[in-house]
Amino acid sequence: MAVTSTSKQLVVLNINGDVYELAVVPTHTLLEVLREDAGLTGTKHGCEQGECGLCTVLLDGRPQFSCLTLAIEAQGCAIRTVEGLADKGELHPLQQAWGETGASQCGYCTSGMLMSAQALLERNPSPSRGEIREALAGNLCRCTGYLAIIDAVELAAERMRSEA
Amino acid sequence: MAVTTETMPTETQPGTAVVGGSDAKIDAHAKATGQTVYADDIHLPRMLVGRLLRSPHRHAKILSADVSRAAALPGVHGVLTGADLPIRYGIMPVAQDEHALALEKVRYHGEPVAAVAAIDEETADEALRLIEVEYEELAPVSSIADAMKPDLPLIDGEGVGRQVNRKGTLEFGDVAGGFERADRTYEDLFFFEGNTHLPMEEHAAVAQWEPEPRGRLTLWSSTQVPHYLHRTLAKVLELAPGRIRVIATPVGGGFGGKSDPFSHEVCAARLAMVTGRPVKFTLTREEVFYAHRGRHPVLMRVRTGWGEDGTLTAMAFRTMLDGGAFGSYGPASTYYTGALQTVTYDVPTYKFEGVRVLTNKPPCGPKRGHATVQPRFALECHLDKVATDLGIDPIDLRLRNLIEPYSYSINHLRVTTCGLRECIDLVDAASGWREKHGKLPHGRGVGFAVGSYLCGAGLPIYFNDMSQSEVQIKVDRGGGVTVYSMAIDIGQGSDHMLVTVVAEVLGLRPRDIALVAADTDLTPIDLGSYSSRVTFMAGNAAVQAARRMREKIFAAVSADLGVPAGRLVARDGRIFDGDDPEIGTDWRAAVEVASVLQAPLVTAGSYKPPKLAGPYKGGGVGPSPAYSYTASIVELECDPETGVVDVERVWIAHDIGKPINRVSAEGQIVGSVYMALGEALFEEQAFRRGYLKNPSILEYRSPTFLEMPEVESFLVETDDPEGPFGAKEVGQGPLLPVIPAVANAIYDAVGVRVDEVPISPDKIVKALQQQAQGKEPRVGPKAMPEFDYGEPVKVDPPDQLSLPEVLAP
Repeated sequence: MAVTSTSKQLVVLNINGDVYELAVVPTHTLLEVLREDAGLTGTKHGCEQGECGLCTVLLDGRPQFSCLTLAIEAQGCAIRTVEGLADKGELHPLQQAWGETGASQCGYCTSGMLMSAQALLERNPSPSRGEIREALAGNLCRCTGYLAIIDAVELAAERMRSEA
Repeated sequence: MAVTTETMPTETQPGTAVVGGSDAKIDAHAKATGQTVYADDIHLPRMLVGRLLRSPHRHAKILSADVSRAAALPGVHGVLTGADLPIRYGIMPVAQDEHALALEKVRYHGEPVAAVAAIDEETADEALRLIEVEYEELAPVSSIADAMKPDLPLIDGEGVGRQVNRKGTLEFGDVAGGFERADRTYEDLFFFEGNTHLPMEEHAAVAQWEPEPRGRLTLWSSTQVPHYLHRTLAKVLELAPGRIRVIATPVGGGFGGKSDPFSHEVCAARLAMVTGRPVKFTLTREEVFYAHRGRHPVLMRVRTGWGEDGTLTAMAFRTMLDGGAFGSYGPASTYYTGALQTVTYDVPTYKFEGVRVLTNKPPCGPKRGHATVQPRFALECHLDKVATDLGIDPIDLRLRNLIEPYSYSINHLRVTTCGLRECIDLVDAASGWREKHGKLPHGRGVGFAVGSYLCGAGLPIYFNDMSQSEVQIKVDRGGGVTVYSMAIDIGQGSDHMLVTVVAEVLGLRPRDIALVAADTDLTPIDLGSYSSRVTFMAGNAAVQAARRMREKIFAAVSADLGVPAGRLVARDGRIFDGDDPEIGTDWRAAVEVASVLQAPLVTAGSYKPPKLAGPYKGGGVGPSPAYSYTASIVELECDPETGVVDVERVWIAHDIGKPINRVSAEGQIVGSVYMALGEALFEEQAFRRGYLKNPSILEYRSPTFLEMPEVESFLVETDDPEGPFGAKEVGQGPLLPVIPAVANAIYDAVGVRVDEVPISPDKIVKALQQQAQGKEPRVGPKAMPEFDYGEPVKVDPPDQLSLPEVLAP
């Protein structure tokens, strides 16, 4: 480590219910720490400037761009990533619906999209198509044309309501 | 003209069990749980971070490059400059004009000049700052107009002159006679601005070197073309291909943007070799804009001749492509701007003139639809104007001039199945076109257009007579089936296509089939995910391999059960007597018998298209074993005050032959509509004095959830006799008609023509102002630069009677 004068700092992160104690560079973003220090590569990046939504994770249930969040800021929050959506290997209804409607093509936007959709359904269990569009408008996808994603969120919401 | 046909026998079993279904793609759940490992997700022990230094100048000589301070920085393990990688390469054999790192001169702002590998990103970035490069700036060439000037320094070569990279002039039939026969002649100019793929995944590559004496290189990369990358690495690194393994990782969006060999791939490999450690490069979003290879800006002139009754008598098409700084796919791109105008309409005589110039901008290449998108925009807008002038409905004008199925186009392209008429009828009826066109209130309009695309380029990128796709299948003793194919899934669903067609033949489910894909050590050849070739070519190879496997299984079961093999059926995980389904065995038991009687349970299949190239230079661009067809209608609102366009609904019908998976097919159609709308209305690779203005996702505006309209899509099933289970392509064709349909709908809404893409609000407002002032209500190019395209290569029309009868329906 030649030029980085910044010493690493110990952070404690609660990610998907697990406690991670990690030595991280304080200037590193949550995105970098998730992928490079915690080994959770399910969270993707497409710009690292808060413009594409790929890196969206949930902090205490709220969707956040992990590329604009410092890891040290996320201490004390419940961090949820795509790896924390399925329950003991059982797919989350959103993940199930994603496959059925073809909401992933290349899949690179999928993690962030799922997290934004999960945040939406937590605060609004029966969103209209317009509300889904509004809620996910900060997440870009270049493959699907978005419609299959809207279909997936609708389908998952319906199933989650009938299960609840 | 003789035509060789190597037609696959059509499936004789009635119906299909899994082909044409709607099951979730086999990779869907790995993607939805974050398990899929993309190139940037790879982390190897001792791995170094690679970074590229890029040119701050558009056009300059490199006088010197001093890397000593960077190399001396603690934590830096390797530094490269152009001199370390002096061998030129390029995707096409006739365009070997790239260096991994600029040597002697730079051709565009953002071109890689040096590369470093260091222990972390911060150290690598610091090392880049310590590299001292001395440049002598040259006058930049920033546009087609600049490139046509005789006195600017040549980008590729010494001295000054016009920057001609490639040109072609072709004439089919008696074009002058065709125009003489015309009652009316029309001419229009169009410009299509360049735009880029903007894949969500930034390009990434990881290289690992196993030291001598084995001396083996492994490169993981987000590439659409592992085979061509393999060849390039062998050439540039001077390594035997057998010592290089390329693994294409699942591609997080390609659209054509990852189909060239790239600097970062070559540099990762060389740096792994010189440092003895794994090296990873991941481009930043800004760098992805410089890597580019996107849609060419094209200036176009269309001339057509018509009878009063709306019958086409002649067409002349002239193009000028702005290629950016390198050749890339340019030789093909040039001819593609003239190739496919003729496969939708019966064009009796046709002339094409095309030229591609170099400019000091990031290199252009293939984007979804390659270089057929720009001329399709021009042609379909031109036809809308002709229809208006002739007083014929735009749909009816097309219907009067449609190409016949099973015929040759004037430029010798063999058309087989063609469901264009059905596509047109479907969108005509579903949209309510007849009640809407020309009849909606001011500010609201509908527009119509059609398109067609290849099902795979008929010829490989480098000339050879080898197969274009091969597939192996292995069945293990427990009944497990593994398919091996070099086809790479870029999101288009090739993985699912492969397991679906194999499952169909073997009577299994797609999820029962394992797949090993896109690894040059493990899988037999597939040329790559470009030109919409994978379903047709890898699909046919997979079907052949699966049928051969089924023959083995049937032979064993036949001997075991005493049922003639010809009566056996594989379906629902069983092998049974078609005449008495009670007599049979389950798949696993059948495999156990076959493992004794028919070992080894390994088969292979291959696909090579029929020989289709027309008998002329340039005739290798355009042929395909089949063409897909699409028709689309767009309904929109255009605010006459602001010029803001709100696309409300899109109807689109696509002749797909047969869908392998309906959800995937519809996904490709909707995705194509989306990408087309972005290109039509917003997206542009915009430059100011040769500097890219908008190299970020925010500035390069693309459609979000809020701009995407609802889409009503239809699949037209023409059951292509040569496609796997009748399938044709769907990944690119549906993009083509949507852009001109938008332009035509804007005319229908507010009565102005914007003959230039993107059709941004400012252009609409300008045209509306001209309309209000009584001037021509049009925005678009007013002239093409003078250029001598040379004497045309004259080609006789094809002999329609030579189309083999076996193909006719």
